[in-house]
Amino acid sequence: NSGVVCLLRPLLLDVIPSIRQTTALALGRLADCDVDLAETVVKAGILPQLICSLPEENRYYKKTAAFVLRAVSKHSPQLAQAVVQCGALEMLMICLEDFDPGVKEGASWALGYIARHNRELSQAVVDAGAVPLLVLCIQEPEIALKRIAASTLSDISKHSPELAQTVVDAQAIAHLAQMIPNPDAKLKRQVLSALSQIAKHSVDLAELVVEAEIFPVVLTCLKDSDEYVKKNGVTLIREIAKHTPELSQLVVNLGGVAAVIDCIDSCRGTVRLPGIMTLGYVAAQSEDLSMAVIVSKGIPPLCVCLIEEHEDHIKAAAAWALGQIGRHTAEHARHVAVANVLPTMLDIYMDSRSSDDLKMKASIFAKKALKTILQKCTYLPALEPLLHEAPPNILKHIIGQFSKVLPHDSKARRLFVTTGGLKKVQEIKAEPGSLLQEYINTINNCYPEEIVR
Amino acid sequence: YFYIFRAIDEDRKIKYKAAVKIQSWFRGCRVRAYLRHLNKMAILMQKWWRGYLRRKYFRETVETAYFIKKLNFYNEMAVRIQKMWRGYYVRKYIHNFYALKKYLKAISVNNAFVRSELQEYAEMKEKEDKMKDLEKEEKEKKYQARKMHYLLSTTQIPGIYNSPFRKSPDPMELLLRKSKPLTHRKQQVKEGKSLVVYELYDWPTCKEPPAFVTALPLLPIDRQKPQGPFRDPAEVLWQRYKPLEPTLRVAESRNSPPAKARERPQREEWRNPIHDNEFLPFSSYHRIYEKHETSLRRSGKYGQEAYGTKHFRDVYPKKWIADKDFETLFPSIVLFDKFGKTYSSTGQIV
Repeated sequence: NSGVVCLLRPLLLDVIPSIRQTTALALGRLADCDVDLAETVVKAGILPQLICSLPEENRYYKKTAAFVLRAVSKHSPQLAQAVVQCGALEMLMICLEDFDPGVKEGASWALGYIARHNRELSQAVVDAGAVPLLVLCIQEPEIALKRIAASTLSDISKHSPELAQTVVDAQAIAHLAQMIPNPDAKLKRQVLSALSQIAKHSVDLAELVVEAEIFPVVLTCLKDSDEYVKKNGVTLIREIAKHTPELSQLVVNLGGVAAVIDCIDSCRGTVRLPGIMTLGYVAAQSEDLSMAVIVSKGIPPLCVCLIEEHEDHIKAAAAWALGQIGRHTAEHARHVAVANVLPTMLDIYMDSRSSDDLKMKASIFAKKALKTILQKCTYLPALEPLLHEAPPNILKHIIGQFSKVLPHDSKARRLFVTTGGLKKVQEIKAEPGSLLQEYINTINNCYPEEIVR
Repeated sequence: YFYIFRAIDEDRKIKYKAAVKIQSWFRGCRVRAYLRHLNKMAILMQKWWRGYLRRKYFRETVETAYFIKKLNFYNEMAVRIQKMWRGYYVRKYIHNFYALKKYLKAISVNNAFVRSELQEYAEMKEKEDKMKDLEKEEKEKKYQARKMHYLLSTTQIPGIYNSPFRKSPDPMELLLRKSKPLTHRKQQVKEGKSLVVYELYDWPTCKEPPAFVTALPLLPIDRQKPQGPFRDPAEVLWQRYKPLEPTLRVAESRNSPPAKARERPQREEWRNPIHDNEFLPFSSYHRIYEKHETSLRRSGKYGQEAYGTKHFRDVYPKKWIADKDFETLFPSIVLFDKFGKTYSSTGQIV
């Protein structure tokens, strides 16, 4: 900060190459540590000097120059914009065409950091013609280079469908799919994340990814020992399954649901989140698929997640997924209710209602899920415990369900009385003429007068 | 008389009135009978007409009732057919319960299969990892054994691992017996050199600078210093351990896609050219500017001559400056004359 950058600046134009190179390295490390230093580096106009002589330099210099660009552009979009405006992209393309794998790695890492921030920067990177070169980089034998190229492609394609389409047009999918069975864990992470960023934008892209025959191989990734490989693999499956019922059907037919469920079982924490969302999306598509999820023993892990996890968004996702499973027909709602998960959801909802300041996502989703399940649930033993604790808006649905089932089923009526449900119903005060009152009247009409009093 | 005439007049009046009454009564009866007759006729006609109308109407109502009955019957039958068809259709195509059941069973079977496969895969990976660890340990042990070869037991002195109180020697002893002794020096130098080379060529991240020649391997201490006029050793070492900077042609691997892509059109170009001598000069060029070179095979005075027409042993007296040959100007040194010609050991060069 004490004028270091200004001191280093003239050294960049020194005659001896090793001095230039060490200066560049120093600048890169300075910019790497701190945002302000990076801004100073940019303001001091070092970047044009760094890049102007790049084509003639040797590979160590190119590597360190790429390192400096990367260090500067990683902090914020404005810095990355400044880097792009200096004309760094053409130089990075020259570096990408170089023969040394280290230089290519540095260049693609810098491109990845630039493209990460927003859509315009990614578009600029693509316009400079980076994508075919990156696809060539992926095919190189060095693993580090493959990793970085895959992560750069993932950063480029995550912003918009057009960018993803550009990446697909360069035949990236085939090469990425070939690298999934590779034993290196970090490479697998990047490849899976790249494929999931491509697949998430539209149905056609997802279908293209599926056609690259990823499917049985991706399931083996779900058994990998590295947590993030599992997470990215499940994210890929989620992005594929969420578009249409046919794609979800495909995933189910290939046994994807079982693998995802096992994955949820074996992990803890945020790694579970994409798996839960996958189950939710698959179940939401149609009732057959929801039944398939139930048959593959999907409900117990979701209940466990709901109870055990402390993070708000994971609980919200689990509640949402259970709601999607249970909302189709009475049969589905029965399976959900049998798993004894409704009291837990009610607890979550009640917990957050008491502390009104936090409008937690978990409570919102729990309430919606409860409502949708209760509207179809005819399994009375599960509804009974809820009668005693529920707040009025939930109670209305519960009583509604009772009033639908009790007139027809005599055994249920007897049970209702013996478990004290009828007494509870009498205690409820409702405005006359409201829906709740009608339900209560229907229930009361099922029983002879003496019992009601 | 008046009274008789009045009585007769009154009689006549009474009889007149009676006659009138009787006649009116009779005429009235006749008219009444006639009206009755008319009435009866009218009733008869109306009776017949109304009967006819009602019978016609009745026939119509019967027909419509019959028609409606038929329609109802057909409706019912149609409903029955539609009921059966719709039940069949829904059960077969829209919500096929048994197909769904079969599908779910198939899914659970498939899931079980996938789970077992994945389980196997996970186990296989674990085994592989364990094998790798074991192999690493083995390698370590073997290396240690090679290093500690001196701990092997001799016939006189039992080694550490071959205690006389044990029934059979320790496995380490057996390893020691099997292993070839390790020479330290070569190993160290080789390691040192390979470290330098490794550092310079291993570029996973750009965090480490190229270790230029600051980390040179240490030379062994008792190395004999070679004799003679020498350059600065640092310079020499720098030159000797300078890293390889291959030309671009060499650095690019022959199997990489750009090289292969370049090779194909090159080969095609080599194969396809139309002209072998491009940029031929004008047709009479060779007559004026180029001299005809006879081929080597046929040139030469005596036919085939060896390649290279210059004969170094030829003598060209015309080119001589002086007539005489080289001659020595100084007397030779006797001692140096004996150099290399005597056979005694004193003359030998040390």
